[in-house]
Amino acid sequence: MKRTLSVLVENRPGVLSRVAGLFSRRGYNIDSLAVGRTENPAISRMTIVVDGDEQIIEQVGKQLNKLIDVIKISDITNDPYVGRELILIKVNADPSVRGEIMQIVDIFRARIVDIARNSLIIEATGDADKIDAIENSLRPFGIREVVRTGKIAMLRGAKTRGMEASGNGTGE
Amino acid sequence: MAQGNSGRTGARAVIEALLDEGVELVFGYPGGAVLPLYHELARTPIRHILVRQEQNAVHAASGYARTSGRTGVCFATSGPGATNLVTGIATAYMDSVPVVIFTGQVPTRMVGSDAFQETDITGITIPITKHNYLVKDVEELPRIVKEAFYIASTGRPGPVLVDIPKDVALAPCRAPVPDRVELRGYKPTYQGHPGQLRALARSLGEAERPLIFAGGGVQVSRAEDYLRQIVEKLQIPVVTSLTGLGSFPEDNPLSLGMVGLHGKPCANHALMECDFLMGLGVRFDDRVTGALEKFAPRARIAHVDIDPAEIGKNVRVDLPLVGDISCILKELLPLVEPAGHGPWLKRIKELRNLYPLTYGRGGEVRPQWVIERLGEMTRGQAIITTDVGQHQMWAALFYGFTEPRTFISSCGLGTMGYGLPAAVGAVLARPDKQVWLITGDGSFQMSMAELGTAREQGLPLKILLFNNHSLAMVRQLQHFYYERQYTAIEFTGNPDFVRLAECYGAEGLRISKQEEVVPVLARAMGNDRLTLIECLISPEEIVYPMVPEGAALDEMILPE
Ligand SMILES: Cc1ncc(C[n+]2csc(CCOP(=O)(O)OP(=O)(O)O)c2C)c(N)n1
Ligand SMILES: [Mg+2]
Repeated sequence: MKRTLSVLVENRPGVLSRVAGLFSRRGYNIDSLAVGRTENPAISRMTIVVDGDEQIIEQVGKQLNKLIDVIKISDITNDPYVGRELILIKVNADPSVRGEIMQIVDIFRARIVDIARNSLIIEATGDADKIDAIENSLRPFGIREVVRTGKIAMLRGAKTRGMEASGNGTGE
Repeated sequence: MAQGNSGRTGARAVIEALLDEGVELVFGYPGGAVLPLYHELARTPIRHILVRQEQNAVHAASGYARTSGRTGVCFATSGPGATNLVTGIATAYMDSVPVVIFTGQVPTRMVGSDAFQETDITGITIPITKHNYLVKDVEELPRIVKEAFYIASTGRPGPVLVDIPKDVALAPCRAPVPDRVELRGYKPTYQGHPGQLRALARSLGEAERPLIFAGGGVQVSRAEDYLRQIVEKLQIPVVTSLTGLGSFPEDNPLSLGMVGLHGKPCANHALMECDFLMGLGVRFDDRVTGALEKFAPRARIAHVDIDPAEIGKNVRVDLPLVGDISCILKELLPLVEPAGHGPWLKRIKELRNLYPLTYGRGGEVRPQWVIERLGEMTRGQAIITTDVGQHQMWAALFYGFTEPRTFISSCGLGTMGYGLPAAVGAVLARPDKQVWLITGDGSFQMSMAELGTAREQGLPLKILLFNNHSLAMVRQLQHFYYERQYTAIEFTGNPDFVRLAECYGAEGLRISKQEEVVPVLARAMGNDRLTLIECLISPEEIVYPMVPEGAALDEMILPE
C-alpha cells in the first residue's frame, strides 16, 4: 500500500540524511522523496511516498517523529490533495517521427524544452499516473534518459498542513 | 572565570553552559582538536576524570548517569578519539542513558577535506544518538549546548553529541546561554490520555490474572514508589526486564524477578498464564519475548511508554498509553479499586514451588552461590555493575536487587567491557554506596586498563571477576546450537589477575574453594580499597533457565 506523507522539517544541513538514513536503516521502502523550502525559509517540506502495510506506515511516522528536526508529519493519502511530479524525458526523434511525438506531447499537455538533431527533451508535470502514461507512450521511440523529481503534494481548499495543526505556534 | 566577556570564546561559552547545567564531572580524553575545551575546563571547579580509552569515557558517564539520575558528560578529540566513542554511544543509546558528548573537530575550513584526524562523527553517530550537532556558527554554541542537555535528559533519554570545530571553539562568542529551550520538533508527552487511563483502570479491575512487566523506563521516570503503591493496592505480581531490575524490590513476595531468555522459571510461566499484561517502560525486546507469536498468549496487553514508537513495534498492543510512567501511575492510583487476586496469587505460589530457580551441575565453586552470598552480605543494597556473559545473567538472577538504579549493565547492546568504566562512574556518582563490578575474564580484559583510572581517582570499588578461562556464554551457544564444537572461546594466556590488581596498587584476592567465598567477600567489603577478587570457576557452567530459539517462554531448558 502506497502512502503519501507530507513532512515539515527544520531547514538545516543534515536533515535529509537523517530522514533518508532512517528509511534505509529500518528497512522501509521509500518510493520517492522530494524536498524544498516552504513559505518559511527556516522550514522545508518533504513529500515522501512510502510503501508498506499499516503497521509499517505507523512505525515510519513514529520514527520520523522522533527526529528532533522533524516538526510535523501528515499522512495525506486519504485527504483531497493535488499531487504533482515533474519528469524530463530525452527521447529519440528522427525528423520522420517528430510530428507523432509532438501529438503525444500535446495530448499530455507536456512541453518540448530542447531539440537536438536526433532527440528531444520533453517536460511534463502531473500525477504519477499521467507521468507513467507519457513515459509509456514515448517508449516506442526509444527513451534515452529519464529524470523524475518524485511527488510533491498540497492539500486542496483553504486547509494547510502547516504548523498550526501541531499546536505549537504558527509558521508565521 | 575572572575573564571579561570580551575574551569569551566558544569554548568558554561551552564551559559556562556546563556550569549552568550543574555539571560536576566530565569524563574524557584529550587531543589537539579538543584542547580549547580542556583549557577552559581547567579553570573551573568541574572535575575531569581522565580515562584510558574514549569508549570508557562514555561508559563511565553512563554509569554515573544511571546511578545518579543526572546527565553524564564526555570530552574527546576528533578522528580516532571520536570513533573510539562509537561503541560507548551505541551502548548508551540502546539503554536510553542521558549523556552529552563533546568532540573536537578539525577547523571549519578543513572539514570535508580528509584532514589529519578528521572523521565525520556527526554522520557516523546519526543512528546511535538521540540528536547530534556539528556547530558551524559560534553564536549558536550556547543555545546548542542548552538544547543538548535538554534533549538528552527529557522524554526518553539518550546520548547527544556536539561536534565543535577548533576554530569555532576559539572564536569570540557573545551569545548568552539561553534560559529556555524552544524546539518546535520536540515535545515529549508526559501526561497520559485521560480516556486511555480510565480504560487501563477498567482493564486492571476486570483482569483475573494481571501481571506487571516493569522495565528500565520505571527507573528513568523514578516511578518506583508509585509502582509499589499500585502493586500493593491491586496485589499484582511483577516481572522485570534486565534493565528493570531494581524497579521493584525482589524481596517483596509479589516480585517474580527477571523474565525472558534467561528469566526466572516462575516469571516466565506467569507471563504465559496471565490474562492482562501491563508493560511499563519496556521495549518487548526479542530477548524478553521469545517467539513473538507465542508471547503472552492469554493476555490483553497494555503498554505504557514515553516513546510512542515503542508501542506496537514488536508486540500487538490492546491498550496503548503514551506518557511518563510516574505521571501515569500517579493518576492511575485513585482510579483503581483495591483487589486481592487470591486464586492468581495462589497459582503464582504453586508456580514458584513447581519451578524453583536451580543451578544445575558445575564445578567446585558455584558462581550462582557466590553471587547469592554477595547479595546477602550487602543486603541487596550495593550498586552492581556487570559485563556481558554468563556472569551478567547470574548477577541478574541471583543477587536480589532491592533498590532502584543499582543494577547497571549493558542490557540492550550487550557490550563487553562496559562494567569496569561504568563502575568508575558509579562510585563517583554514589560515594555513599558500595559499588561492585561482577565481570568475566573475557569482558574484563576489554577495559581493564581502567584500573589505572580507578587507582588514580582513589575509588574503593570492588571487582568480582569470574575466571573460567573462557568466553563461556559463547561456549554455551556452541553447546546448544553448534554440536558442542567449541571454537575460539578458550583463553590460555590470561594474566594472573591477582597480581595484575596488585600492580595497580589494589588488593588482589582469590577464591578457589567454596569455604573461601564468605571470608574473601567479607575482607573485600571491609577494606575500603580498590579490590579485585578472582573467583575460579568451571567453563562448563550453563546459565539456566534458557529458552531455546523459536520456543515460547514456558518451554525453558531447566537443569536436570
Ligand atoms: C564487545 C563484544 N564482543 C563480543 C560479544 C559476544 N559475547 C557475548 S558474551 C561473550 C563472552 C563473555 O566472556 P566473559 O566476559 O569471560 O564472560 P563469561 O560468559 O565467561 O561469564 C561474548 C564474546 C559481546 N557481547 N560484546
Ligand atoms: Mg569468562
